[in-house]
Amino acid sequence: MASVSVSGSHGVLRRPMSTTGFWSWFTTVDHKKIGIMYGVSSFLFFILGGVEALLIRSQLAKPGNTLLNADQYNQIFTMHALTMIFLFVMPMSAAFFNYLIPLMIGARDVAFPRLNALSFWVFLLGALFLNSSWFLGGAPDGGWFGYAPNSTTEPGNAMTFYALGLLITGVASTIGAINLAITVINMRAPGMSMFRMPVFVWMGLVVQFLLAFSLPIITVALFQMLFDRRWGTAFFDPTRGGEPLLWQHMFWLFGHPEVYILILPAFGIISEILPVFSRKPLFGYQFIVFSGIAIGFIGFGVWVHHMFATGLGPVANTAFGITTAIIAIPTGIKIFNWMGTMYGGDLRFDTPMLYAVGAVAMFVIGGLSGVTHSIVPSDYQQTDTYYIVAHFHYVLFGGAIFALFGGMYYWWPKVFGKMLNERWGKVQFWIVIVGFNLAFGPMHILGLGGMIRREYTYPASLGLTFWNQVSTVGAFTIAVGVLLFIINAVRTQLKPSTLTTDDPWDARTLEWTTSCPPADYNFETIPTVHSLDDFWHKKYAEDESGRLVRVPAGASGEAHPGHGAHAIHLPSPSFWPLVVSFGFPLLGYGVLYSWWLIGLGAAVIAVGLVGWALEPSVAE
Amino acid sequence: MADVTAPDIVLDEHYTSTGLRSTKLAMWLFLASECLLFGGLITAYILYRGASLTGPYPQDVFDIGYTSVSSFVLLASSLTMVLAHNAALDKDFPRMRLWLTGTAMLGLTFVGGQVFEFTSFYREGLTIKTNLFGTTFYTLTGFHGVHVTVGVLMLLILVVMSWRGSLSDEPAFPVEMVGLYWHFVDIVWIVIFTLVYLIPSPQGPIR
Amino acid sequence: MTTTDDTKARHTEYHPSTREYVRVGLILVAFTCLEVWLSYSSLSGTPLIAALLTCTLIKFLMVIGYFMHLKFDNGRFSRTFALGAIGAFTLYAAVLLMFGVWGK
Repeated sequence: MASVSVSGSHGVLRRPMSTTGFWSWFTTVDHKKIGIMYGVSSFLFFILGGVEALLIRSQLAKPGNTLLNADQYNQIFTMHALTMIFLFVMPMSAAFFNYLIPLMIGARDVAFPRLNALSFWVFLLGALFLNSSWFLGGAPDGGWFGYAPNSTTEPGNAMTFYALGLLITGVASTIGAINLAITVINMRAPGMSMFRMPVFVWMGLVVQFLLAFSLPIITVALFQMLFDRRWGTAFFDPTRGGEPLLWQHMFWLFGHPEVYILILPAFGIISEILPVFSRKPLFGYQFIVFSGIAIGFIGFGVWVHHMFATGLGPVANTAFGITTAIIAIPTGIKIFNWMGTMYGGDLRFDTPMLYAVGAVAMFVIGGLSGVTHSIVPSDYQQTDTYYIVAHFHYVLFGGAIFALFGGMYYWWPKVFGKMLNERWGKVQFWIVIVGFNLAFGPMHILGLGGMIRREYTYPASLGLTFWNQVSTVGAFTIAVGVLLFIINAVRTQLKPSTLTTDDPWDARTLEWTTSCPPADYNFETIPTVHSLDDFWHKKYAEDESGRLVRVPAGASGEAHPGHGAHAIHLPSPSFWPLVVSFGFPLLGYGVLYSWWLIGLGAAVIAVGLVGWALEPSVAE
Repeated sequence: MADVTAPDIVLDEHYTSTGLRSTKLAMWLFLASECLLFGGLITAYILYRGASLTGPYPQDVFDIGYTSVSSFVLLASSLTMVLAHNAALDKDFPRMRLWLTGTAMLGLTFVGGQVFEFTSFYREGLTIKTNLFGTTFYTLTGFHGVHVTVGVLMLLILVVMSWRGSLSDEPAFPVEMVGLYWHFVDIVWIVIFTLVYLIPSPQGPIR
Repeated sequence: MTTTDDTKARHTEYHPSTREYVRVGLILVAFTCLEVWLSYSSLSGTPLIAALLTCTLIKFLMVIGYFMHLKFDNGRFSRTFALGAIGAFTLYAAVLLMFGVWGK
């Protein structure tokens, strides 16, 4: 076993040493532990967001319902969106990126381990800060898009929590973005050129650039909103010459890249699962990579399609209608390449594959409705109706979340050393996909039938009742499916492992060369990579007729335990990231309640950063 | 075809895929993202130029001569910053600390000048909520000033670390990194000075 | 296997001398004086703005190229920064155009 040792000086700057035990989770800088923490917390927020969804669907199950009044409904639907987007999909994607990227590129950790810990703690405290609003006067209720001047003039603290909560979680994502981008660019194992990286890593890289360039835009917008609310500035105040539309531009300049931030990780997961369960290389690897990059770029050029109905005029509308239609092309290219991957493959429909294929199918449906939105006059009918709600749930839930579930089933053995139960997995998948289509399919009809978004009820005379009821049944069906997943997970974790190999899926990428779960240091020796899907080529060669032939073990040159073991430097744990992270909610509460807290928060951050800079680094 | 033998690869601790330092790549990516931040603030200023419904207007309060001096101070601080870096390259620690402190002092002078400018505008009736000019001006220059202040703190931390001996093996690198941040803050001011102060604003509201 | 870092590169890498830095500094001062002079001159409207922005751009590029060392550094750094700077310019110019603010 490799030995890992650290030392520190005395006094308050002594660096923690332990990497095991409960408290070590608070000081860890290990990307795997941080990934697990992101995963667990984001899943808990998924449940919270799901409860919020069930409340929405319960309220809308019948016309004139009184389960929630308008004010409560506004809070619930706003928080449902904020929770699902910012507190579930983004951090769950971060969980996957954090855990897998170093393993997939043959690295021991990310570029900046302490910064990685900081990202997580700031995210968690920001998420808790946002949700503390429920108990402090009411949760944000202006929609996740917070349109001004409603959001900037509404009295009370609710939308101030909105601005502050997103600012804090935005800091976490920005830091994480820079960290992961540099990790991919700079920490790849020898021989792993960019075009030998797994597609999941490529998608991760594009996502980090999207985050790094879109988050500052919404940061500005949120500060402008905050200043309008808290200190009476005029940014979005029409009575003083301000332009509410400026908010919309700034929000969607971020908001559109954001949806690609939400879906590209899923595209990456799908691109990893399909080849393994088709026992074929990914079809058109380069096309998939370049189309991912193209989506990233073009994604910055379509934001006005959220604003077609705001009166910008035919030139702007046409230009952005065209760019929106264009962005369907690289997405379509991916779909065809995924189909090409499966075609002629030796297909196994284990749960990860079910979810991956399900994600592609559901995403195509959502993508088709998306293309209809790009036609401006058509969008005039669809905008602000449930047709749009159908679209984005098909792409975000059907696409992104299905893929995330597929990823959970696929990588569960890697992370936890155990396999989720396959039978329960299949049952759970089918319940979820049926429930999902029941919940959201009818919304296309409801939307075109005139049901408006963001309204707490509807009159019985509109004839919307039946499909609303179907949708509600669908929502609760999803809940049953999710519950089964949770039970599967809990039972799996409580029972001893049945895993007999470190490579249960006969996979292709480097993370599967490590143990399940990997050792702290990931790789005994950093591998040298010779090709795309290097691990696969170490296992299999092709005979004259092109059939796969297993390479005998030992001849593959894999590192064996004990072979070449020598002391491995790992970054030491640290408590400073946790300390610094507490400054952020303090700043937030300070803006709401007291300048003293602002000062305290700033001081905590400053002192924390100084301590961080001055703490001793790893010593042998 | 897979390599049959897998020799132990003993990697240099500083091995990177690009041969470039991770921190430097990270700093440039961060500065690139900051362009989006300041761009947004500047956009609001430009959008609302001439749109204030009431005064005071820019030409009522601006003192170009005074702000020019401030600009020279910040430019000078960029010069002292590169001189500090050269000293660090030469491992001349006293000289490095001198120029770092000088840069910090110039930065503080700049911030002090901003504070004085803000208070005099305030006394002339321009607050952050008076009109669009006040809103966008104070926000933009305020964000910039906070960035300068953070930069000053980082410079002083470098000086302290140098005294403690924590910079001895390779002082040039952290100095270069702080320098990149510092110069960026300077170029943002170069843009702000022209766009806000020098390009004239219409007298009174234009819409 | 080979290891690469830029320690060796840095020793042989070109760094301007004090004299050269001071020269750059003086050029920056000169352009700033020119800007201030232009703002007081009888020039107005588009010619004034064009002249001022040209001076600003030159100062911007000189600080980036010399003080921030991009002229002598690996192209990756320049491309990364350019992505952000040009991206910001393009996006925000589009927003301003849609509000009817001519150019920037």
